[in-house]
Amino acid sequence: MSTLTEIGVHNPVEDFLRMERIPSIWCPGCGIGTTVNSFVHALIKTHTDMKKLVMVSGIGCSGRVGGYIGTDHFHTTHGRAIPFATGLSLANTELNVVVYSGDGDLVSIGGNHLIHAARRNVNLLVICVNNMIYAMTGGQAAATTPAASMSSTTPYGAFEPDINIPQLVDAAGAVYVARWTAFHVKQLETSMAEALKKKGFRFIEVVTPCPTLYQRRNNMGDGLAAMKDYKDRSKIRNGAGTHEVAMLPGEQIIVGKFVDRERQDYLTLMRSRLGANFQEWVDAPPQVEHEEGEGCGEC
Amino acid sequence: MNRGSVVVVTERCKGCGFCVEFCPTHVLKLSSAFNAKGYHPPHLVDGDKCSGCNLCGMYCPDFAIFGYREPQVRPVAPAPSQPGKEA
Repeated sequence: MSTLTEIGVHNPVEDFLRMERIPSIWCPGCGIGTTVNSFVHALIKTHTDMKKLVMVSGIGCSGRVGGYIGTDHFHTTHGRAIPFATGLSLANTELNVVVYSGDGDLVSIGGNHLIHAARRNVNLLVICVNNMIYAMTGGQAAATTPAASMSSTTPYGAFEPDINIPQLVDAAGAVYVARWTAFHVKQLETSMAEALKKKGFRFIEVVTPCPTLYQRRNNMGDGLAAMKDYKDRSKIRNGAGTHEVAMLPGEQIIVGKFVDRERQDYLTLMRSRLGANFQEWVDAPPQVEHEEGEGCGEC
Repeated sequence: MNRGSVVVVTERCKGCGFCVEFCPTHVLKLSSAFNAKGYHPPHLVDGDKCSGCNLCGMYCPDFAIFGYREPQVRPVAPAPSQPGKEA
């Protein structure tokens, strides 16, 4: 009788994690760990060099993912994951920079950074784990919280409608936009593997359950109930127009790969503009001539 | 069909039930036993049907279960008999 290790049986995901930190802080029924499985399988599939992979995350439950994955990880201030990641990817062009953070962090607090990183087409893979609420900070309403939902800051139900994230990043100019739920593990893995190989600003939204802070206040059951709900309500429509994919309570969740196009990324554009003199510019940037301050004449 | 099995690390399990619900061959069940944190980890009830597809491992948010395919034992063909030497 051979033991499991003798016949080479072990969980392949464990090789990519910092196992001394497991068990994770995530609640029972949370879907973030499921997205980590898909991400690690995508890393295995694409043979990504772990020495050149950097995870950047902001504050939040999903911001802890980078700490559990055994790569270099940059845990930044709330909402500022994308600015830090932009600097990283421009300063060291060999790095494969992945921003793994939540909806409250990327879309609500850091919404402007998201728009402008997509507009500039910086080389980043952004994975936005959308649990529809600011979970770790205590269940406040985020920009993604569906209308009429209860949260700790909306005791009469949220009055404002939620944001359609794929449409926002598509309009801003992202080259790859996809949405999956925590139920679609295999499709998410394929999508992440595709996005890891692409250049430019790539965005994947993953809808996950939040049993403790979102569903409990809204009488929506536990994590498993949410996963069954995703199974029933989701419909795969690859290539759907992003203006049609808004998530409405009780209606279909349209998932799939919505946008996959080619556009020159920021670094390529910069180099093509500077041309052959690129290295000279890097070594000796042109000095700004200081003009003599004469004031406006009145003061 | 491929034959397989699952490995459960009971102490990591938080009893969410994703693996039990989404197992394609329905071979898992939450056990009545508790782990140290008071959750009910899953166990294999109908081991012969498990195909080792590792979908439970893909769903598990706490990396507490994974499936594997059993290495297939191929029957070794008997050496061809050589009629000249037999007699």
